[in-house]
Amino acid sequence: MSWGSLNEFLAMGGYGLYVWGSYAMAALCFLLEVLFLKMNSTK
Amino acid sequence: MTHAFLLLVRRDLRIALRRRGDVLNVLVFFLVAASLFALGVGLAPELLRAMGAGVVWVAALLAAMLSLPRMFAVDLAEGTLEQMLIAPQPLGILVAAKIASHWLLTGLPLALVAPLIGLQYQLSADALCTLLAGLLIGTPVLSVLGAAGAALTLGARAAGVLLGLLLLPLYVPVLVFGAGAVLATLTGVNPAAQLALLGAFLAVSCVVGPPAACAALRIALD
Amino acid sequence: MIFNYAAPQAFYPVAGKMIPWFAWLAALLAIAGLTVGFFVAPTDATQGESYRIIFIHVPAAWMSVFLYLVMAGWAALGLVLNTRLSGMMASAIAPTGAIFTFLALWTGALWGKPTWGTYWVWDARLTSELILLFLYLGFIALKGAIADPQRADRAGAVLAIVGAVNVPIIYFSVVWWNTLHQGASISPMRSPTMVATMLTGMLLMALAAWMYSIAVTLARLRKIIRMREGDAAWVQMQRNSV
Repeated sequence: MSWGSLNEFLAMGGYGLYVWGSYAMAALCFLLEVLFLKMNSTK
Repeated sequence: MTHAFLLLVRRDLRIALRRRGDVLNVLVFFLVAASLFALGVGLAPELLRAMGAGVVWVAALLAAMLSLPRMFAVDLAEGTLEQMLIAPQPLGILVAAKIASHWLLTGLPLALVAPLIGLQYQLSADALCTLLAGLLIGTPVLSVLGAAGAALTLGARAAGVLLGLLLLPLYVPVLVFGAGAVLATLTGVNPAAQLALLGAFLAVSCVVGPPAACAALRIALD
Repeated sequence: MIFNYAAPQAFYPVAGKMIPWFAWLAALLAIAGLTVGFFVAPTDATQGESYRIIFIHVPAAWMSVFLYLVMAGWAALGLVLNTRLSGMMASAIAPTGAIFTFLALWTGALWGKPTWGTYWVWDARLTSELILLFLYLGFIALKGAIADPQRADRAGAVLAIVGAVNVPIIYFSVVWWNTLHQGASISPMRSPTMVATMLTGMLLMALAAWMYSIAVTLARLRKIIRMREGDAAWVQMQRNSV
């Protein structure tokens, strides 16, 4: 699978909003989860 | 054992008759909620007929849940719950009595009043019969699973809301088959299958619910 | 031998040593999975590029169900054996399970919109997944609402077990419901057989999710142990030595 350019990769054939919307939410969830765990971790 | 069962049921009924407000609360909520839905949705008859089954069932579920926290809380406060736990009769029998009295005071009245609400939603006579039958089978499930939920949340913070959160997902099959039965009748299909499945779900609840309630009561009073 | 680690005090340092391993495994598997998913797997014939959501959606859905069963298992174990650590383990798993369930629903909605034209449909899988989210939230809420930790663990265990029995029933009830209403019978998961590279990417991401879950759960477990056993001497020593 070869993407022509970065723009093509980001556009995801027109579905960019849906694809990146999904992965962005996932990244956010995991980030928040780990951050919440680190919070109050060193008392 | 039947003696203890009947004794406990009679006691609960007598107490409830002295405080009629609790029972009426449930019925009034049911009536108000169902009516508000009709008003909110707009009064087109076809729309009402399509929605009626679901709305009546959801309103019945919510109304039944209103009375659940009281199932064991009052007994806990008075100390009767501890007596039940150390009584020579099996806890299961006593819990069954609580479930039976709860149904007689909540589920049965709801089921009997529901056809009147059904009229508001333009349901046909056949559909009203199916509604009644479905609720007669489905409301005991609410009482059985509700007993387990009430026992689990005994003495917990915000028990009423928590109870709703815990029980509503478990009521989904009852809602699906109960409302589905009425919708089937409206489209001319025999609702026997849905009603049979409701019955099956009632059977499963009776197997799972009381032991869970007994376990939860023991956990709460340890 | 393994029962030596049943005591929170004994398991605490072991968990601490295990976390980095699982975290690194998760990271490596995720990089591998995403590389395969975005740079090896080809464009789908029918769905174009939108199908690439599958590499996060399916692992999230699998983990949401898997974690619930593991959580219920630990809770049941704690109920039967009366071990504190089992109940703590169930509490540690719950938030991660809930997050994966939410992600499955979110990514599923974003996948559904371009593919089937709608964000949501009441088919058996989606409905059951939504109910699963409520079950997780109910479990977390119940545990939070009961003051005594031992009692909270045991009440939660009863709830988790009842939920585990109910999820298949809910699934089949909605399947039945949908067979009566032909309109809503499109199952979003009835996708055609997958190209090998797509499957590889999905499996790598699923493994990554699993490793991540273990790492995060162990970290949360350590936090719970610290909170609950806080007055114990060994925790004080830990705190002072850090």
